[in-house]
Amino acid sequence: MLTYIVRRIFYSVPVLVIASFLVFWGIRTTYDPTAKLRTSRDAARVIAQRRHELGLDKSIVSQWWTWFTSFLHGNLGVSDRTNGDVWKMITHALWPSLQLMFFGIGFALVLAIAVGVYSAVKQYSVGDYLFTGVSYIGIAMPTFLFGLLAIALVVTLPVTWFHLNQPILYSVGLHSTGQSGFNLDYLRHLALPVLTLTVQSVAVWSRFQRASMLDVLNADYVRTARAKGVPKRKVIFGHAFRNALIPLVTVVALDSAFLVGGLVITEQIFSIGGMGRLFLEALSGGDAPVLLAWFLVVAVFVIVFNLIADLMYSVLDPRIRVS
Amino acid sequence: MTDVDPTDLDTFLLPDAPAAMVAGETAPLLSVRNLTVQFDTDDGIVHAVDDVSFDMVANETLGIVGESGSGKSVTSLAILGLLPKGAHVTGEVRFRGENILGINDNALRELRGDRIAMIFQDALAALNPVLTVGHQVAEAISVHHDLSRADREARVIELLDLVGISQPDQRYKQYPHEFSGGMRQRAMIAMSIANDPDVLIADEPTTALDVTIQAQVLEVLERIQDRTNSAIMLITHDLGVVAGVADRVVVMYAGRHAEMGTVDEIFYEPKHPYTRGLLASLPRVDRRVVNERLHRIEGQPPSSIFVPSGCAFHPRCPYADLQGLCVTEIPPLVDLEGGHFSACHFAKTLDERIPPHA
Repeated sequence: MLTYIVRRIFYSVPVLVIASFLVFWGIRTTYDPTAKLRTSRDAARVIAQRRHELGLDKSIVSQWWTWFTSFLHGNLGVSDRTNGDVWKMITHALWPSLQLMFFGIGFALVLAIAVGVYSAVKQYSVGDYLFTGVSYIGIAMPTFLFGLLAIALVVTLPVTWFHLNQPILYSVGLHSTGQSGFNLDYLRHLALPVLTLTVQSVAVWSRFQRASMLDVLNADYVRTARAKGVPKRKVIFGHAFRNALIPLVTVVALDSAFLVGGLVITEQIFSIGGMGRLFLEALSGGDAPVLLAWFLVVAVFVIVFNLIADLMYSVLDPRIRVS
Repeated sequence: MTDVDPTDLDTFLLPDAPAAMVAGETAPLLSVRNLTVQFDTDDGIVHAVDDVSFDMVANETLGIVGESGSGKSVTSLAILGLLPKGAHVTGEVRFRGENILGINDNALRELRGDRIAMIFQDALAALNPVLTVGHQVAEAISVHHDLSRADREARVIELLDLVGISQPDQRYKQYPHEFSGGMRQRAMIAMSIANDPDVLIADEPTTALDVTIQAQVLEVLERIQDRTNSAIMLITHDLGVVAGVADRVVVMYAGRHAEMGTVDEIFYEPKHPYTRGLLASLPRVDRRVVNERLHRIEGQPPSSIFVPSGCAFHPRCPYADLQGLCVTEIPPLVDLEGGHFSACHFAKTLDERIPPHA
C-alpha cells in the first residue's frame, strides 16, 4: 500500500511538470507585463529593453525553465500587485480554503449518501419524491444565488424580524474578531459557506448514490443474500451498500477538484480570504506570478483527489487490489 | 448418472416417489398448487406463470424444463418470495403442509436458506464481489444458527471440501473473482447446502459452465442429495441434464405445464406435442442420417402478454384442431396413468392422431 502511494506520487511528477508548462504557456501568451509601458515615450525601445531585462525575448521553453527551476528552489517569485512573497500569499490563502473543502466534502458525502440510500431503499415513496424535488432545485440553483438567499433568510431577516442582538449564523469570515480555534463561534461561521459550497455536490451526489444503490439492490448477489435468509437491513448495509459506493468514488473525486471553482464564489460572498478570493484578486489585478502558483496548487489538488479515489477503490473493491 | 438407462433410474428412484403425489401416502415436502404469477407492465399484464401445480418429496429430483420465458425461474423465485414488488402471486405453496405463500417476510426469511435453499445460475453475478467466499458461505449459517466463530469456520471449510474445492482453508479467504467458473458454482452450492435444507432449488446451475464442469457440478448435487435426502428442483433448458439427473420432469410452456411424469415417461412416451417437438429437435448421435436437418418446432414462443387462446401451444402444434377445442379451451392437466400428466386435449389419442396440417 505504502509503496503504491509512493509510486503514484512519483508518477504524478511528470503530470505536474507538464501542467506547469501548459499553465505557464497559457498565462504567458495572454498576459503582457510590459503593457503599461506602451504609453511611454519611445515606447518601442523601452519595451524592448524591459523585455530583454525580464527575459521575455527568450523562447517560451527557456522562460518556463527559468521559472520552474526557481519554483523548485522554493521561490515562487513576487506578486506583481502587492510585491508580497507569492509562497506566503498562497499558504496564507490555502488554510481557510482547506477548512471549507474538508468540512464541505465531509458534510456533502454524509448527507448525499444518506439521502441516496434512503431514496433507493424507499424508491417511489413520499420521501424519495421529496428528495428528488429538492435535489433538482439544488442542482439548478446557482451557487451565488443560494449563498445570497441563505444570508438573507438565515442571517439578516431573522435579525430584523426578531430584533436579535446577533444573528444565529454569521456570514462574514471564519471567526469573530478575537476568536480562534474549533468552537461554537467557528461552527456558526462555517455553516453557511460550507452549505453554499456544497449544495450542488449534495444534490448531484445523492442522485448518483440513489442510482447506484438501485442498481446494486437489483443485482443477483443481493437476491442471493435474500435467498439465504439474510435480514433486510443486513442485505442493504452488508451486501448492497459497499458495492454502491464504488461508482460514487469516481464522481466525488472528480467533483472535489471542481469545488475549488465553487470556492471562488463562496469566499467572495462570505468574505473569506482563501484561494478563491486570491484567484479573483490575482486575475483582476493581472498578477501573473500568483496565478501561476495558484494553478499549480489546483493541479496538485486534482492529483491528490485522484490518488485518494484510487486508494478508495482498492479499499472498497477487492478486485482492484493495489500491490 | 450420465446415461438414460431406465434400469439405473429405477434404482435411484424412491419406490414410493411417483405414487406419493397420486395417492398422498407420503406427505410431499413441498407442494405447489395453482401457482399464478403476473406482472403489471406498461405494455400490459405479463402472465409469467399460469396455474402451475406440482409436488416434491424427499430425496427426489424434479426437473423443470422449458424454453426461456416459460416461467421456470419465476416459479422458483415465487416459492421463496423473492420476486420483485410488482409481482402478483396467487395460489398456494405448501411446505410440510403449511402454506408459505404470502406469509410475512420474517417467517419466510427463517425458511429461506435454512429449509428451502436456492442455487442460482451465473455464480459470478450471484456472489457478492466485495466479500470473501468464506464470509458468504459462513453468513448462510450465521443467519440461522448461533455458532462460535471457530465452529462456523470449520463448518464452512468442511462444506467447501464437500463440494470438491481443494485447499478449502485457503480458498475460504479468497474473493469470488479469484475462483474459476466451476469453483464459483461449487461455492454457490456449498452456500445453499450449509444448513442441510429439505428442499434445494437449483436454477440452471450448469448453464454458464462447460460440459465437463457441468458433469462435475451435477455429480456434486447428487452426492449432496445422498447425504441430506433433500428434494432437488432442477430448473434447466437442457434436456440432457434432465435425462441424466431427474426422477420426474415437469415440462413448461408459456407459463403453464405441458406435461409431467417420470423421466422415462417424458422421454420415451411423451404425451404432449410440445414435448415431442422438443425431443425430436435433439441431435441424435445414435441414428444420424447424413445431411439430415435437425427438427424444429415451427413458429416462435408466444408473448407472455398476449398468450394464445385455448392451448397456448396451438399456433405451433402440428396436431392442433384449429377449428375446435385447441383454440377455445385451455386444456386441463389430466392424469393419464399413475402420475403421468398431460395438458393436451388429445393426449390419449396423440399416437393415432394424424397431424391435420402436417
